Amino acid sequence: MNTATAHTYTYYPGCSQMATNKAYDISTRGVAHALGLELNELEDWNCCGATAYVAIREKQAFVLSARNLALAERSERDLVTPCSGCYVVLRKANKYMAENERLRSEIGQALAKGGMAYRGSVRVRHFLDVVVNDAGEDAIRGRATRSLAGLRVACYYGCQISRPFGEIDDEENPQSLDQLVQWLGADPVPFSLRAKCCGGLMMTTQPEVGRTLTGKILQLARESGADCVVTCCPLCQMNLEAYQHQVSAVMGRDCAIPVLYFTQLMGYAFGLEEDALALRDSLTPVEALLTEKVACP
Amino acid sequence: MEAAASKDLCDVFLRKICAIPNGSKINECLQCGTCSASCPTATAMEYSPREVIAALRARMLERVLKSNTVWLCSSCYSCTVRCPAGIPFTDVMYELKRLGVKYGLYPKGTTNAVMAQAFVASVDRYGRNHEPELIRNYYLRTNPLRFLSQVILGLRLLSRGRMRLRPHRIKGREELRKMMAAIEENASP
Repeated sequence: MNTATAHTYTYYPGCSQMATNKAYDISTRGVAHALGLELNELEDWNCCGATAYVAIREKQAFVLSARNLALAERSERDLVTPCSGCYVVLRKANKYMAENERLRSEIGQALAKGGMAYRGSVRVRHFLDVVVNDAGEDAIRGRATRSLAGLRVACYYGCQISRPFGEIDDEENPQSLDQLVQWLGADPVPFSLRAKCCGGLMMTTQPEVGRTLTGKILQLARESGADCVVTCCPLCQMNLEAYQHQVSAVMGRDCAIPVLYFTQLMGYAFGLEEDALALRDSLTPVEALLTEKVACP
Repeated sequence: MEAAASKDLCDVFLRKICAIPNGSKINECLQCGTCSASCPTATAMEYSPREVIAALRARMLERVLKSNTVWLCSSCYSCTVRCPAGIPFTDVMYELKRLGVKYGLYPKGTTNAVMAQAFVASVDRYGRNHEPELIRNYYLRTNPLRFLSQVILGLRLLSRGRMRLRPHRIKGREELRKMMAAIEENASP
C-alpha cells in the first residue's frame, strides 16, 4: 500500500553531505520534517558524476549519473538534492540522454551490464525549489516561530543552481532565496555577486584564484551591510566559511562574516533544536550571530 | 610539428564536440568575446575563452592545451548561458580537459588536473568520493609540504565531526564496475 503523500520525495544527499557538509544534510532533513515533506534517501546512491569526474571521463560520468537516476526511477518520485553540484550534473545527464539517442543507448547498454535500466522519467530537483515552490509561502510563514526581523542577509546562490539546466530561477539574477529569506522575516540585502562563481575546487588547487573570487563575494556581502551570507551549495559554503583568514590577507581587508546554509536559517526560524540545525558545525560564529540578533519567542 | 599534430587534434575535438547537444554551434562563433567577459577566471588564463575558439580555427589547439587555460575553467556556465550563438562553451572546456589528459598535453604540475584524477580514482574505488583520501592524494602528488597548511583546517573539521575517516563503499560496486567497463569497451577514439 502506498501511503505516501504528494509531498514525498526521493532524497539524494550527495557525497559532501556525508561528512564535510553534514550540517547541510542534517538541517535539510530537519526543515523537511518540520514542513511535512517526506524525504526517503535513495538506496545505495553513488557519486553523481561530478564536475571533477566529467573533466576526465565523459561517458563514465554519465553512467554514474544514470545509475542514480535508474535507482530513483523505481520510486516514481522526484529526486531531490540540496547540492547544486549534484543538481546540475544529474539534470544535465537527464537532458543530454533525452536529446542524444546514441548517448542514451550507449549508457543504457552499460546500465544493462549491471542489471539496470533507465527510462528517462525522473525529475531532478533542488531542495530550495521544493521548499519555495512545493511547501510555499504560507506553510513557511506559518511554521516560523522565531522572527528574523532585522537580520540582514546576503543571499548567495552560486553558479550552478540556476544555469543552464536548473530552470527554476533566472540564470543571471535568481530571486527564490531572497523570497524565502523574506518569508522568514529577514531582510535580503542587494547583492550583485549572488550568482558569481566562488571558484569551486580552485580554493584548493589554485588558491590565488579561489581566494580572490571568494574574497570579492565576502567583501561585497560586508559592504552591503549584511550580517551573514546564506548559501544553497555545499562547496560554496565551504569556500566562503573555511578560508576567511587567508582570503582577508589576499584582499587586504577583513572579510570575516558568518556563513550558513539556507536550511539552517529556516530551521532556526522554525525553532528547531541544535540536533536538527547543526549550527555548531560552522566554522564562522553563526550561533552567536543568531542568538544576538534574533529575539527568542 | 605543432601544425600537423594540432590538425588531428582539432579533428578529434570537433567530432567529439559535435556529438553533444548544440555542440556544432561552435561553427557559429562570432568572436564577440561575451564568453571572455563573463568568465570569472579569464584574467588568470593565458588564452581567454574567445581566443580558444580563435585558436581552434587557426588549428592551434595544441598550444591552448599546453597553456593554463582550460584547467582554470570552474564550470560555472556563465559563458554557456550568455553566448549569443548558443555555444555550450563549458562543454568545450570539458572536452579540451579530457583531450589534454588523453594525449598528455597539459602543463606539468597542473594542479586542477591532478585533483580531477584523484577524484576519479576515489569514486572508481568506492562509488563515492572519500574526501580525506582525495585531499591526501592530491597533496602527495602536487606539493606534500602544502599538506601541512591544511592540517589546521583538518583539525577544525575533525573536531566538529566533519571528517569521515573511513570511506563509504556503495553496495553495488561490482555492478557499477561492470557498467563502467562496458563503456570503456565502446569508447570511440
